[in-house]
Amino acid sequence: MNSNSPQPDEQSGHKPNNTALKLVIAAVAMFGFGFALVPLYDIFCEITGINGKTGGPVERVEQWVDTSRTITVQFITTNNAGMPWEFEALQEEVEMHPGAWTQVKFWALNPTENDMVGQAVPSVSPSEAAEHVQKTECFCFDQQTLKAGEGREMPLIFSLSPEIPSHVKKVTMSYTLFDAGAFAK
Amino acid sequence: MTTATASHDNHDDHGHHGPAKGIMRWVLTTNHKDIGTMYLWFSLTMLFIGGTMALIIRSELFQPGMQLIEPEFFNQMTTMHGLIMVFGAIMPAFVGLANWMVPLMIGAPDMALPRMNNWSFWILPFAFGMLLFTLFTEAGAPNFGWTFYAPLSTTYAPSSVTYFIFGVHMMGISSIMGAINIIVTILNLRAPGMTLMKMPLFVWTWFITAYLLVAVMPVLAGVVTMMLMDIHYGTAFFDAAGGGDPVLFQHVFWFFGHPEVYIMILPAFGIVSQIIPTFARKPLFGYASMVYATSSIAFLSFIVWAHHMFTVGLPLQTELFFMYATMLIAIPTGVKVFNWVSTMFRGSMTFETPMLFALAFVVLFTIGGFSGLMLSIAPADFQYHDTYFVVAHFHYVLVPGALFGIIAGVYYWLPKWTGHYINENLGKFHFWMSFIGVNVTFFPMHFIGLAGMPRRIPDYALQFADFNAIATVGAFIFGFSQLIFLFVLIKTIRGGEKATDQVWEGAEGLEWTIPSPAPYHTFAEPPHVK
Amino acid sequence: MLFRTWQRLSSVVLGLVSAPAAMADWELNMPQGITEVSQSIYELHMLIFWICVWIGVVVFGVMFYSIFKHRKSKGAVASKFHESLTLEILWTALPTVILIAMAVPATTVLIQMYDTTNSDVDIKITGYQWKWEYNYLGEDVGFFSNLTTPEDEIYNLAEKNENYLLEVDKHVVVPTGQKVRFLITSNDVIHAWWVPEIAVKKDAIPGYINESWAFIPEGEEGIYRGQCAELCGVNHGFMPIVLEAVTGDEYQVWLEEQRAGKIAEAQAALGDFSYDELMVKGADVYARSCAACHGGEGQGLGSVFPALAGSDIALNDMAAHIDIVLNGKPGTAMQAYATQLSDVDMAAVITFERNAWGNDTGETVTPKMITDAKK
Repeated sequence: MNSNSPQPDEQSGHKPNNTALKLVIAAVAMFGFGFALVPLYDIFCEITGINGKTGGPVERVEQWVDTSRTITVQFITTNNAGMPWEFEALQEEVEMHPGAWTQVKFWALNPTENDMVGQAVPSVSPSEAAEHVQKTECFCFDQQTLKAGEGREMPLIFSLSPEIPSHVKKVTMSYTLFDAGAFAK
Repeated sequence: MTTATASHDNHDDHGHHGPAKGIMRWVLTTNHKDIGTMYLWFSLTMLFIGGTMALIIRSELFQPGMQLIEPEFFNQMTTMHGLIMVFGAIMPAFVGLANWMVPLMIGAPDMALPRMNNWSFWILPFAFGMLLFTLFTEAGAPNFGWTFYAPLSTTYAPSSVTYFIFGVHMMGISSIMGAINIIVTILNLRAPGMTLMKMPLFVWTWFITAYLLVAVMPVLAGVVTMMLMDIHYGTAFFDAAGGGDPVLFQHVFWFFGHPEVYIMILPAFGIVSQIIPTFARKPLFGYASMVYATSSIAFLSFIVWAHHMFTVGLPLQTELFFMYATMLIAIPTGVKVFNWVSTMFRGSMTFETPMLFALAFVVLFTIGGFSGLMLSIAPADFQYHDTYFVVAHFHYVLVPGALFGIIAGVYYWLPKWTGHYINENLGKFHFWMSFIGVNVTFFPMHFIGLAGMPRRIPDYALQFADFNAIATVGAFIFGFSQLIFLFVLIKTIRGGEKATDQVWEGAEGLEWTIPSPAPYHTFAEPPHVK
Repeated sequence: MLFRTWQRLSSVVLGLVSAPAAMADWELNMPQGITEVSQSIYELHMLIFWICVWIGVVVFGVMFYSIFKHRKSKGAVASKFHESLTLEILWTALPTVILIAMAVPATTVLIQMYDTTNSDVDIKITGYQWKWEYNYLGEDVGFFSNLTTPEDEIYNLAEKNENYLLEVDKHVVVPTGQKVRFLITSNDVIHAWWVPEIAVKKDAIPGYINESWAFIPEGEEGIYRGQCAELCGVNHGFMPIVLEAVTGDEYQVWLEEQRAGKIAEAQAALGDFSYDELMVKGADVYARSCAACHGGEGQGLGSVFPALAGSDIALNDMAAHIDIVLNGKPGTAMQAYATQLSDVDMAAVITFERNAWGNDTGETVTPKMITDAKK
């Protein structure tokens, strides 16, 4: 790297270029670490449910239904900028017991003259409820393609696990619809 | 006393008897003193450019209403002011001081990797030239704040963002090379007998800072690379439409960003720890605890980043963890302040210009530390976050903190560099104007922040008018006072009272054993430290 | 509590500092606010402030004592001490104790702030560049809230009114005596919804739903103003929040009015409007919804926001003009206004844009044309 370095001090016994090489490797490793933060963050979010992300499809299991508790689940939808689709939940809210499976429907319509691809991004509030939302089917798992003028009902089948903390009485499930044309698969 | 001579030169890539002549001396130099000088002039230039931007910002904010500039240009100014001051003024100034002083303080003939040293400096003018050039393009300069949160800096960014990204890459490479050089120099080129725990604190703080730089500048490079890929190559690190996450940006950015703020203050701690014992004529109190406190601060800086994100909707447990961890930083920081005060206690103090700046540093940095402690309290932060209270806080730690530390260091070592004492009257004039200016500028910002003025707005509601006007007056006092600094520097370089080798009566350490001005080559024969 | 005594003591000793300031009509401190949470935060803020002041008094006291007493010019001779393990331990332990004393109340308040359960009213708040949308969940009420400060005041051509930059066309109305939960998200970049008097500040992030809450006690009815607190682009400083707290009964009446207003608007769209009526209305809608980007005179802004004066789309293809206002332009800052503006407003603003600033097409766009275009 550098042939003109002063000679290392005899007494300290290190070779500067060795130290420098180690530090360069450390710097490169930290650059990699920056990228490693991306999957680490996802894993961390999935475990802790922080930031309200819900996980992918689960196998439907019949579980204990806690009929002593009723939780109100609200559905809200948002269109991100530049997403002209009509997008709404067909029911504003449902009441359900933890452990029971429920199906709800959302409606999307592409009013434009072009075929478009949309991606719904889920978020749950309070965030501590997120890890207790179990979905077997959700339109948010995949991109949704709608032809010009096409409308579609989209199902969501989910339950809240019976372990959901007892102080949670209302859960808000939010879906934001993005134009995913740039990321179409 | 070991006196090194300038007559011997162990480099083989330049002249044998002092510097080469002409411009190529500076382009090709591998001499740590030349490179240190270039870093310092570069950062002074950036200080004036960034300062001009600050004055444009303050002028627009002098009164409510839009007067001088448009909101779009205002955002470009706040962004560029932040980037230039952080990466162009403060950080290169510290590297410049390290280049000059670390070899002199540890008895090394030069930096360990002199040619890399040359590269790491010469990258900087190109990086900042590119960044500044965007101001003259049609799209305008970056306008998304120096923290460049996605998606404002990706999907919604002006096209100049690409230049910004390459600029950050270049200054990052420069910083990493500079840091590697400093670590290698300290580890390998210490004079015999200069054990780690005998190193001056400026060397110690830079040693720790350099490790922080190697650890986090690559993370910054990583985050801007992800932005680049999102903008130009269709990835979706931060774009929710493709499965990314804008909050991830903030986590990665602040993982870099919080250590970065300590990168900007630790070397100033070191400078002040050199100056106070000199002018108190008493050894530094608690040397070992200073080293441990600095290391603790560096360690804690890696686990507090989310305190910049208290309002993004982190879960309660996360919020509590980051609040507690952040509060802990007050302990080692407090230890440092207590040690400085104890060093002064029962000393025999005089108040030359460097000491005045160091004392102002202790007081005003501590005020910035107090507001930092207040900001660490998460519930209260919901009211402070993104207001002028935060602006006041970080300017207190960066201007009378980092910048005063740098100015103190320059005045402290200038006689050694130039062979001349500064004109004390002018120096004291500079100090008092700066001291008054800085407080008139930034103290009222605490009030307007608490009263509810958000940061980064080009126009504001009427109740904030009075203090904004005062802050603007202060900013002009402070800004123009720095011309005195420039005048003193030039005057001292050209002449003045001849400095002794020891320079200051109470000064101790290897750098005071060589002649003033320091010869072009020093410590060709390593001194022996008892 | 010990700290309360401290506070009182401190107030007496250092009261001189704040007394003159209180006389001048200057806001110096954080507002105490109107909710229990905002008051807890205020107390926490003051507690920590006074702790810092007292630490400062002690530390700077010793420092300035040394500066005055232990100076060479007074013949002080430096002593040589430079270590004391006892002192080091003391000033590590003491701050730790003080920090714990701060952490306990801070934790309590934070837990309280995070308890969003049992809300009576849920309001979804969406940040846009540069306005806010409010939707009252389950009430079929929703609207956009735009800055109404005239451009003349901003550019110093008219005298500024007392609520300069803190005034909007539609207030977000909340009932007192009920727990209101805010669900905060964004349409584009990150914003932050902040009303200091209720101590609610939360980032609005695209794709995320964040929540916060406020319980405004009865008797605290009034208007409370706030601003966006996260840099969100060129008009970040121009998207205020105006929160209006009313009694529970008034709130119900207000909800009814909103629903009735929506029906009236739909009926109005069927009626006839003259060119002049549309131009007057259109100028108003333009100033509120379009001028921020396209400029007060349709001149555009920088390289990002195109001019409308003399633009091809405003002079020629009317269908394209209606389409871009209705559906926005994907990949740009141009939003879809279909849900933001009524058909009448939409017709008015498009008519205005096609006839103002020298765009003299002479064409009139009727509300019916908008209704048809939506199909």
